Amino acid sequence: MKSSLIKSTVIFLGLFFLYFPILVLIFYSFNENKRVMVWKGFSLRWYNELLNNEQIIEAFIISIKIAALSATFATILGVMIGYSLVRIRKIPFKSFYIFLSSTPLVLPELILGLSMLLFFISLNNVIGFPSSRGQLTIFISHVTFCIAFVAIIIQARLTDFNKNIEEAAMDLGYNYTKVLYKITLPIILPSIIAGWLLAFTISLDDLVVASFTTGPGANTLPIVVFSKVRLGLSPEVNALSAILMFSLIIIGLFYFYFNKKFKH
Amino acid sequence: MKNKLFEKYFVLSPYFWLVLFFFIPLAIIFKISISVSEWGMPPYQDIFLFDNGFKINTTFENYVYIFSDYYYIGSFVNSLILALISTFFCLLIGFPLAFYIATSNIKLRNILLVLVVIPFWSSFLLRVYAWKIILQNNGILNVILLNLGITSEPLQLLYNQYAVIMGIVYTYLPLMILPLYGYLNKFDLNLIEASKDLGLNRIKTFFKVILPLSVPGIVAGSLLVFIPVVGEFIIPEMLGGSDRLYYGKILWEEFFVNRNWPGASALAFSGIIILVLPIVIFQILYSRWSQKNEI
Repeated sequence: MKSSLIKSTVIFLGLFFLYFPILVLIFYSFNENKRVMVWKGFSLRWYNELLNNEQIIEAFIISIKIAALSATFATILGVMIGYSLVRIRKIPFKSFYIFLSSTPLVLPELILGLSMLLFFISLNNVIGFPSSRGQLTIFISHVTFCIAFVAIIIQARLTDFNKNIEEAAMDLGYNYTKVLYKITLPIILPSIIAGWLLAFTISLDDLVVASFTTGPGANTLPIVVFSKVRLGLSPEVNALSAILMFSLIIIGLFYFYFNKKFKH
Repeated sequence: MKNKLFEKYFVLSPYFWLVLFFFIPLAIIFKISISVSEWGMPPYQDIFLFDNGFKINTTFENYVYIFSDYYYIGSFVNSLILALISTFFCLLIGFPLAFYIATSNIKLRNILLVLVVIPFWSSFLLRVYAWKIILQNNGILNVILLNLGITSEPLQLLYNQYAVIMGIVYTYLPLMILPLYGYLNKFDLNLIEASKDLGLNRIKTFFKVILPLSVPGIVAGSLLVFIPVVGEFIIPEMLGGSDRLYYGKILWEEFFVNRNWPGASALAFSGIIILVLPIVIFQILYSRWSQKNEI
């Protein structure tokens, strides 16, 4: 009896800690006052202003575009890595391959961002491309560090499932390509979707790497938000938080739905 | 024959991408970190000179410069301490939470797990911003403290190292809970009963049974928190003050403000060598070892 009380208390306090700040953020987004912290009355004013703020809307579209594209590329390459690591025995310089595919997971974003920026500058000096940084360079950087996250999900999934199914299909006369497209990929599809969603949110959320590799005409949403709240508070950002939290929660639930589906 | 082609295509496409866009950029950081700095654009000299015959033009001065100046070493040490403290608090809060989630019945367990992960899915930047609101002078925490009569005037809660720790523990907590849960979930709860039956009290059961079995989870979670926190830039920038400088901040300023590219590269590369490389080598050895032992 006593231990179950402790248990409920711990869980309650933990969840309270996780959700309290988010609730505060959403609560103040309905504040009429321009000074975020001084409550004046309920209003949807800042939602209205947010939707009329062209800078934020534009940044949002750019972010979604980059996130969708880089998630797609990262998923294709990540699936290839996950598949190679589990199913293909002969990989030239395998340790190097593992190094390349796992280091982005533990490399601080700041170092990654710096290395990408210096790479693009050096590349431009050598071959004259990319002449200026922008959406393309952010896209390349995001693909690079999202690959590892997709790869690890796919790798885990492939390690779990029974190789005999693939071998049985081979015995029944399927060739290699057919096994991959008819057996392996459909089985790991939920993980592929989960990987894509993870890559999408990572890209959408990234501020540091994007700050390094951005250029004219490529202000992503986190860059704009950071410039607004670095030194102070902004009621529009509160409204944005509420909307973004809500949509990300929906993506999160999708992710869980797929993740759970593949576990069964 | 066709299989071979297929395999090659699968292995080599991502290989090509990662060598080009990950390995070469790291190599460029190293190259610039051993270049001689100068005024100009780019602000460093080439490491290969061809004007009077071939000459290699490298220097370790950038590293000497960094490692002999307390400004840089001190900041790096500050970051390590910050990461240690934050990891400790994440563990302190995360462990009981993960343990109790893992020992709940299966239906509740899944719901709790989703509840833990949802904040993690929401925007990192905005979760930090939330603490900026809470810790304001007229923020909600100060209002509560004033109303309870604990303080008579608003406390300066923001823009110091404690606010930074708060923000980090909050944003990184799910990264600690998830791997911990992963390991705690696997282990047999009967072991706890058994140890109680054998006469060990709660505290002994915890230290002799639960803790040793969750070491892999603790290690995994701690690494996931510790490493990114050492390089953390956004949280100290938003919640921190000028009382402490951190590695991320000085790296940023060395590059964007001082425009010392070789210096910034040397800082970044030192970070890789000290922080990242040992872990990556450990991971590779560990995965090879576990593969060998399974097959």
